[in-house]
Amino acid sequence: MSTFEPGGQQASIVSVTDRVRPVRIGAAVSAVHFLGERAGFVGAEENISFVDTEGDVSRIAVHGGGILCAVSDGKRIVTGGDDGKVAAIDAKGEVTQLAQDAKRRWIDNVALHTDGAYAWSAGKIAYVRSGKNEEKFFEVPSTVGGLAFAPKGLRLAIAHYGGVTLWFPNMAANAEFLEWAGSHLGVTFSPDNKFLVTAMHEPAMHGWRLADNRHMRMSGYPGRVKSMSWSAGGKFLATSGADMVIMWPFASKDGPMGKEPAMLAPLQARVAVVACHPKQDILACGYSDGTVLMVRLEDGAEILVRRNGTPPVAALAWNAKGTLLAFADEEGDAGLLPL
Amino acid sequence: MPEASKIPVTVLTGYLGAGKTTLLNRILSENHGKKYAVIVNEFGEIGIDNDLIIGADEEVFEMNNGCVCCTVRGDLVRIMEGLMKRKGKFDAIIVETTGLADPAPVAQTFFVDEDVQKNARLDAVVTVADAKWLADRLKDAPEAKNQIAFADVIVLNKTDLVSKGELAEVEARIRGINPYAKLHRTERCKVRLSDVLERGAFDLDRILDLEPDFLEVDDDHDHDHDHHHHGHDHDHHHDHGHGLKHYHDEDMQSLALKTDKPLDPTKFMPWLQNLVATEGQKILRSKGILAFTDDDDRYVFQGVHMMLEGDHQRKWKDGEPRESRLIFIGRELPEQAIRDGFESCITT
Repeated sequence: MSTFEPGGQQASIVSVTDRVRPVRIGAAVSAVHFLGERAGFVGAEENISFVDTEGDVSRIAVHGGGILCAVSDGKRIVTGGDDGKVAAIDAKGEVTQLAQDAKRRWIDNVALHTDGAYAWSAGKIAYVRSGKNEEKFFEVPSTVGGLAFAPKGLRLAIAHYGGVTLWFPNMAANAEFLEWAGSHLGVTFSPDNKFLVTAMHEPAMHGWRLADNRHMRMSGYPGRVKSMSWSAGGKFLATSGADMVIMWPFASKDGPMGKEPAMLAPLQARVAVVACHPKQDILACGYSDGTVLMVRLEDGAEILVRRNGTPPVAALAWNAKGTLLAFADEEGDAGLLPL
Repeated sequence: MPEASKIPVTVLTGYLGAGKTTLLNRILSENHGKKYAVIVNEFGEIGIDNDLIIGADEEVFEMNNGCVCCTVRGDLVRIMEGLMKRKGKFDAIIVETTGLADPAPVAQTFFVDEDVQKNARLDAVVTVADAKWLADRLKDAPEAKNQIAFADVIVLNKTDLVSKGELAEVEARIRGINPYAKLHRTERCKVRLSDVLERGAFDLDRILDLEPDFLEVDDDHDHDHDHHHHGHDHDHHHDHGHGLKHYHDEDMQSLALKTDKPLDPTKFMPWLQNLVATEGQKILRSKGILAFTDDDDRYVFQGVHMMLEGDHQRKWKDGEPRESRLIFIGRELPEQAIRDGFESCITT
């Protein structure tokens, strides 16, 4: 088991707050994803607001209710709503309905595969529609807490109470079950496909080395981990849930076992969202007091992007090139930072 | 977020057929100008067109802390998170449980989960009971007994289907388990909404109702207040002084403790924590108002199984008797051990 002890001091800080282009979304935001140079701010309800580099906002209706989940592959944003619909929005702002739950159940999770396949879940059932437009489903023992496609092959991780089910939708064989007591609410594969990590309902994470299903316990958090992001190349997994960014090392074959995580950017507030830069060893993190920082992984040097004293940060994202950072708080005050 | 601005959550429970859905439909259809998000187990039974009706799976999850009674409703955690995306679209939440459900995991969800706690507060557990069949269910269905024991408010329904004697009998059975809940006699769940909603039963500032509710039986249809069954049935029950028969349930009891001497907080707090840690599985609900030595503030606490929350509430008023009062409702409570433990916390 790996744990960490919080500690550390706040240093004086370089600020780029004057370079941020402020954006008013005008409604609660729950996520942000870039499609090219346009940032798509996913509202808590109904709409996605696209903001271009000029700061112009165009609002597109996507769901007839709450938007419960959203993912993106950089080409489109796929969302699930409490209206039972799975929708996709492309860079032109065109909305396509991908699925509609027959009983209008909530779509709790969505996932996207690099080859165009997508997955969603409603209650205990996970659905996959592959590139050939074949739909398949798999029922797990309890409500699905999270979905993630493996980076290689058509393999879906379904997190639920008691562990994770690894399902190969194109194979007849039974799914593999990785057991660990507790409720698993988020799930992610390491980019090298060697590790699977879940964020649990209790303030801890759990991991498996996929070669031998060896367990990795990652605990010490004061709060639940709701945001996870792999650093460029997958050397670290950055996480929220503490008063600093907790970075678990995954570069060696044992992952974080027996190692201390790196602890960056300690503040007197809880880290709410993390987003690693797509190419460089930099991350952005947003806090419960509204602060947004950029942090260099190597030495923990911090740059202030947004000051505290505002609503909690709800969303953070980089564009694919790593030249733009977007953020938004829970009440819809957002910003774009060109680098 | 301050308690008052959190969204109130009413847990609606009751054995199969008691009338939960009738009460729910009554709440939703009444012209109160409020909008409710309703979490139900069966779609389709609700007659009201409301897009904030959510189907639940009633998944009970054990917390990963080795404590078997620390259970939460996993589906509720998820639903609450989803509902918070629609904040401002509703005023309150009603969670309807299945007839066989134990209310504890629902209540505990609101104590344990940080995010749920941030946005919502448990208002009360309302149990609908069937006047005709409850006495039988108390014999053969432990779930029904749990629901009565756990209740803050009991809606004793279908009173038109029983005689006055039978009604007195079933009320005495209920009081034998839970003398503290507010009891309302109804036909077709006809009850004032203010009697079941916005009760603040879990609000530490309102933990005042530690007196048994015998004298305050509320009756919407029969205003002569039932002084006619002074049946002095001394064989198995003892008369309680105001006319109601008193039963002792074989396995579910309540226990009230009281002292006018100050309690030693350095003894009391460890004792209480140890008590719920060791006997928490048996203790369904606990509440107390406490007077500590050399402390001008009242201390109030409440608990569900092993979970306790407590705080200094306000200054003792001039002339207000500085009494400590505690109640426990539970199954096979170790009464003597609890009494002895409590006595040992009194400052001498």
